[in-house]
Order: sequence, then C-alpha cells, then structure tokens
Amino acid sequence: MGIILILAPISMALGLAGLGAFWWTLRSGQYDDPAGDAARILMDDSDNRIG
Amino acid sequence: MALTYDLARAPDLSAFLRKDKDGSAHLELLVKGARCAACMSKIESAVASLPDVSMARLNLTEGRLAVRFASPRGDTARVVATLDKLGYPATPFDPAKAAEAHDQESRRLILALAVAGFGAGNAMMFSVPVWAGLFGQELGPATRSIMLWLSAIVATPCAIYAGLPFFESAWRSLKAGKANMDVPISVGVILTLFISFVETFLNGRDAYFDAAVSLLFLLLIGRWLDHRLRARARSAAADLLALQAPAATVLGQDGLERIKPLSDVAVGERILVRPGERIPVDGFIEDGVSELDNALLTGETAPVDVRPGDTCRAGAVNLTGQLRILAIARSEDSAVAAIARLVEAGAQTKSLYVRLADKAASVYVPVIHSVAALTFFGGLAFGLGPREALLRAVALLIITCPCALGLAVPAVQITASARLFRKGVLVKSGAALERLAEVDHVVFDKTGVLTEGRPRLIEAPAEALALAAPLARASAHPLARALAAEAGPGPRATDVVETPGQGVEGLIAGRRARLGRASFVGLEGVRGGETELWFAYEGETRIPFRFSDQLRPDAAQTIAALQALGLSVEILSGDLEGPVARAAQTLHIDHWRSGQTPQDKAAVIDALTAQGRKVLMVGDGLNDTAALAKAHAAMAPGAALDASQNAADLVFSGEGLEAVADSIGVARAARSRALENFGFSAVYNLGAIPLAMFGFVNPLIAALAMSGSSLVVTLNALRMHGAGRR
Repeated sequence: MGIILILAPISMALGLAGLGAFWWTLRSGQYDDPAGDAARILMDDSDNRIG
Repeated sequence: MALTYDLARAPDLSAFLRKDKDGSAHLELLVKGARCAACMSKIESAVASLPDVSMARLNLTEGRLAVRFASPRGDTARVVATLDKLGYPATPFDPAKAAEAHDQESRRLILALAVAGFGAGNAMMFSVPVWAGLFGQELGPATRSIMLWLSAIVATPCAIYAGLPFFESAWRSLKAGKANMDVPISVGVILTLFISFVETFLNGRDAYFDAAVSLLFLLLIGRWLDHRLRARARSAAADLLALQAPAATVLGQDGLERIKPLSDVAVGERILVRPGERIPVDGFIEDGVSELDNALLTGETAPVDVRPGDTCRAGAVNLTGQLRILAIARSEDSAVAAIARLVEAGAQTKSLYVRLADKAASVYVPVIHSVAALTFFGGLAFGLGPREALLRAVALLIITCPCALGLAVPAVQITASARLFRKGVLVKSGAALERLAEVDHVVFDKTGVLTEGRPRLIEAPAEALALAAPLARASAHPLARALAAEAGPGPRATDVVETPGQGVEGLIAGRRARLGRASFVGLEGVRGGETELWFAYEGETRIPFRFSDQLRPDAAQTIAALQALGLSVEILSGDLEGPVARAAQTLHIDHWRSGQTPQDKAAVIDALTAQGRKVLMVGDGLNDTAALAKAHAAMAPGAALDASQNAADLVFSGEGLEAVADSIGVARAARSRALENFGFSAVYNLGAIPLAMFGFVNPLIAALAMSGSSLVVTLNALRMHGAGRR
C-alpha cells in the first residue's frame, strides 16, 4: 500500500517531465524545418568559413 | 572566389525591410530552387559573409531565407544580387501574409494531442488494477478508491484541456442552430467525467476517466491529420500569394528605379516593365514597343502588338521590349481584381459544402442521443435505480463514441493525398477530395491545359531550320526561342540587333539576314491564321515558319480515360473558333465553346450547376479563375497563374494531364473507403448498443471496444496506399 503512494507520484512526475520536454521542443521550433535540420547535421562547421 | 557585385541591376527592396526595436532590421525572402544541403550552406555562408549582415538562416522545408542586418538601413539589394549570382532567384516575402494564426492552431492541436496522450497513458496505468479487480482478483475497495481518485486527478485536467477544441467547435455549432460531430463528442466527454466523479464518490466501480481521455486522444489524431492536410496546402497558397504581388519597378521623379510593393503603387506613377515581366497594374503605355501575351487574361494564344498610346491590362506578360507605363488604376481596381472578386464569390458558395463526416453526424447525433435517452427512461421504467439507468446511458454514449467517424475520414484522406502528392498532385483540403469524387462532368480550358501552352514549330523543312537557327539562337523572342529549341545547339549570328515587336537582324557567316514578322522581311499584308515567323537573307526568298500550340502528349488518352470513367467532357476556351474546334476534333470532344470571357465561363459553370451537374473545372488562366472557384471541384496545372492555383482545389505538376484521371480515381477510392468505414461503424454500433442497454459494458470493455474500432478504421484507411496503383 505504502509503495503505491510513493510510486504513483513518481510515475506521474516522469510522465509530466516527458510532456514538459515535448512542450519545450515544440516551443523552441524544433519541428519548423525538418528538412533543413536533417541536412544541417551533415554540415561541417568549417564550411561556414569558406565563402 | 569573391562575388562581384553588379550595382546597376540590383533592385531596391528597402520597402520590404522590417525594422526592429534594437536598431537592427530583418528581411524575409522566398528563395527558389534551394532544395539540398549544399544549397543551404552555400546560400547561408555567402549571405552571412556580406558586410552588415549579422545572420542568415535558410528554412529548407519552406524555402525561406531570414536575413538580419546589424543596422536599420540594410543593403537589401546586395543580398538579392548575391543570391542571383548563386543561381537562386529570390523574391521579397511578406510574412504578414503567411497564415500566422493558422500555425498557432496547429501548435495548439499538437499540444492538446500530447496532453491527451499523457493523460490517457497515465490514467490507464491506474485503471489496470481496477480492471484486474473486475475478474475477482483481490482489490480492496480502499485501494480501488485510491486508484480511481488518482485516475481522476490525472485525467480530468487533461480531458478538459484536450477537449477544448471540441467544446469550442460544438458551442459555435450549437449557437448557429446546428449539431456537428463535436456536439456528441462534447456531451459524451462531459457526461462521462461527471458520472465517473459520482461513481468515485459513491465508491462504485464504473468510472470511465481513462475512456474519456483516450477518446479525446484518438479524436485529436483525426483532427490533427485533417488540419495538417489543410495547413500544408494553405502554406503553399500563402507562398503563392506572397509571390503573386511582389513588386513593381517604379520610376521616381529623380529618375531612380525603386521596387515598391504592388499595393503601394499609386495612380499616375510611372512603371518600368521589362521583357518577361507581368504588367503590374492597368496602365497607359508612354514609351516602348512590345508584344503582350494576354493568354492568361483572355486565353488568346496570339500575342498582341502594343505601342505608345495603347492601354495594357494588369496580368498580361510583356514579351519583347521594355515598356514604360503610366498607372491608370491602383492594384485593387485593376482588371485582375474584378476577377478576384468573382473568385471570392465562388469560394463562398464552396464553403457551404457539407462534408461527409458532418452528413453522417447529422444522422448519427439524433439517433444515438434518443437511444441513450430511451435507455435512461426505459431503465427507470423497468425498475433500475436512477444511478444504474444513468450509468447504462453513459456507457452507451461512450461505447458508440464517434471515434470511427472522427478518425475514419481524415485517416483515409491523408493517405489518399499522400498518394496523390507522390504523383505530383497537391490536394488542398479533405473536402476537395470529397467533392472531386462526386464529379460527373469535366470542363477543360484549352490553352495551357489541353495544350502545352507554348508555341512549337510545325511543318518546317530541316534545311530551312538550319538557315534560320543562328539568328533564332540570338533572340529572346518566344517564337524564336521555340525555333532555336527545335534546331538544337549550333552557331550564333553576329552583330545582332533586335527591334522590339518586329524581329531580329544579324550577320550569318557574313550575310545579313532577318527573322521576324512578315513586314519585317519586306512582305506586306501577309498574316496567316497561325502564329508565324519569317526568315530572309537580304534580298532573297522569304521562308515562313509556322508555330502552333501543341496538344499535350497524353491529352487524348486522358480524355478517353475520363470518358471511360463515365464522365462527360467539354471545352470552354477564350481562344478563337479554329484552334478550339481542331483540338476538340482531335480529342473526340463533342461539346466545345470558343471566345469565352471569364464571365461567360463562370456563367456556363453556374448553368451546369443549376442543371444538377457536378462540374470539375480544369484551367490555368486568370480567365479561368472565376470558373475554377465556382465549379464543384477545380484543378489547375502547376504552371498556372498563381491566382488560378489559389482558386483550385488540387494543383498538379509535371507535363502530363493523366493526373486529372488519376486524381478522380483516388478520390473515388477514398470516398468508398470512407463509406466502408462508416458502414463498419454502423454495424459495430448496432452490436454495441444492446450490450450497453442491458448493462454488459464495464470500463474494460469500453476501453477495448473503443481502441479496437479505431484500429480497424485506421487499417482500412491504410488500404488507400494501394488504391489506384497501376
């Protein structure tokens, strides 16, 4: 019985953390340019200095 | 590898520069052709290395470049010139025109979906022990009570937040005196939460918190799919709108050229229109000789000659010479705007269309609600307590939830439009697919739809072609270019002088030659029916080259396919009788009309609609836009004028017309999938209603039945992936 009262809030807190993380990714525009982000990860930073 | 900077040609875009409070400024540009990672790094590094530019970031998905300048007077011209040098033409983009509010809505739906997902998952976790208790396992009433309360704490706020989109829509619908799908959903969710609280208070076992949230979760998936479909098309349309009215080159009092947003052009201003540009507003030609292509305005294929003193209408394309025009109307008062108003009127009639799901809801809502009421009062009459009677009525509402209705149609439509998208067809909304499936009559525009919309050389001997080709290659005239394209690569004429509206003169291997209209080579009073070009060496025989607008290679095949589908076909063209009759004859189309004005076309569509026909209009020109907007469904080729693409429900790209027949096939398949899903839901509900009425439904059965029905409906929708595959 006691263990439920400990585990239940923990599980809810974990769920809320996941929800909060999703909200953050949404707010910081991580889904705005999927094609661009997919390409950006392949670019070397040094490329930017050659112009 | 420094980029040289050509000041003379760079337009001034400072009108599009937005100033920020901190003294910087930013500019949004729509960049054409940026499609790969390499383009992205090339564009960003080139623009960011310009002086005064503090940031350049390209959104590859939408093809938009955001440039931030360190000072409020940013050098916009230099940015555009740099992009031009790299081979990416850029247009200023007014983000105010993009549907900002729409994006908010999308974000809200995703968040509601996430909240509902969180709520459903966590409430379900507390439900599992309660469900286990239903089978006689040991679960004391105290533990069950704790589980139910925990479930309530998680599910209730989630259900209220995730349910808001439905509650709001239901309220709007009720205020308008109608009942849409969201009314039973809202009633169901609110009643379920209420009865579950009562049960939890009374230490009962029938609490449906988990069912309420997972119902919303499943419905939100459907809602979001539907929204995404529209949002994608709408952002495409917003880009087009932004492109459509970019700017006019205005000549100031000081003689300087200045790019102004079209809406700022005032009557009496002098505007420069270069060859290849569109006339921005109705005007009076002050200087310059050229030919105007009115094809998109009137459907005429032959260009019209203009000289100082003539008037020109907004929307026409300037073909050969530079023109200076005096604006005689503002953008809103120009010829184009009159057509735009017709389009608006058409769009309004279209919005009255009742969607399949709402039609189903109009039957479903009264039936289910009266059965639920019957269950409650019948239960009372047969001696059940009010609590048990209400529980059965609510269980009935939950188990017959319109999940399948909410998910059935969007799931089918998103798979159908994904199929069409791969074939190069952009579907603007789910309603468009539904309307397209009902079509029984197809009206085609001729120029640019049945035909390729550009002149192609016909009947010319190879040796004549070889003679004229060097001059043609040196000219910018569309007919000469068509000739050069036919001849292939080769030598160019030298000392070339182009006379706007007349032709081109130059030296071919030392001999003086001319290519142009009949009078230009010394022939008077010769003018054939076809568009033509004459070639002559000085003082020698003249050789004519005739051009005609060829039918698309698969036009005949597409018409035959449409007729095989049981559709009647008609041509409505603004072109002259001869070419229209010839096209109709070649394609075996019995009904055709020529010389139609935009108003005529719209009137024909109205008349057909009045006869009860469901018309699909396929057109590309400005003269088609009103008809496109008024027709039951409308398609436009990707090469069409932006206004036409906006008025159309579907836009197809590529050379072929086959997309028209394909789309109808997929739309019909989607419709039958959706109807199957409705049929499935009806059968399922018929089975579920007696179960609920006689009290066999408990929370576990409700949860299983609900997700089960949604799964079946979604799987059936996925069968669309194979539909229409050849």
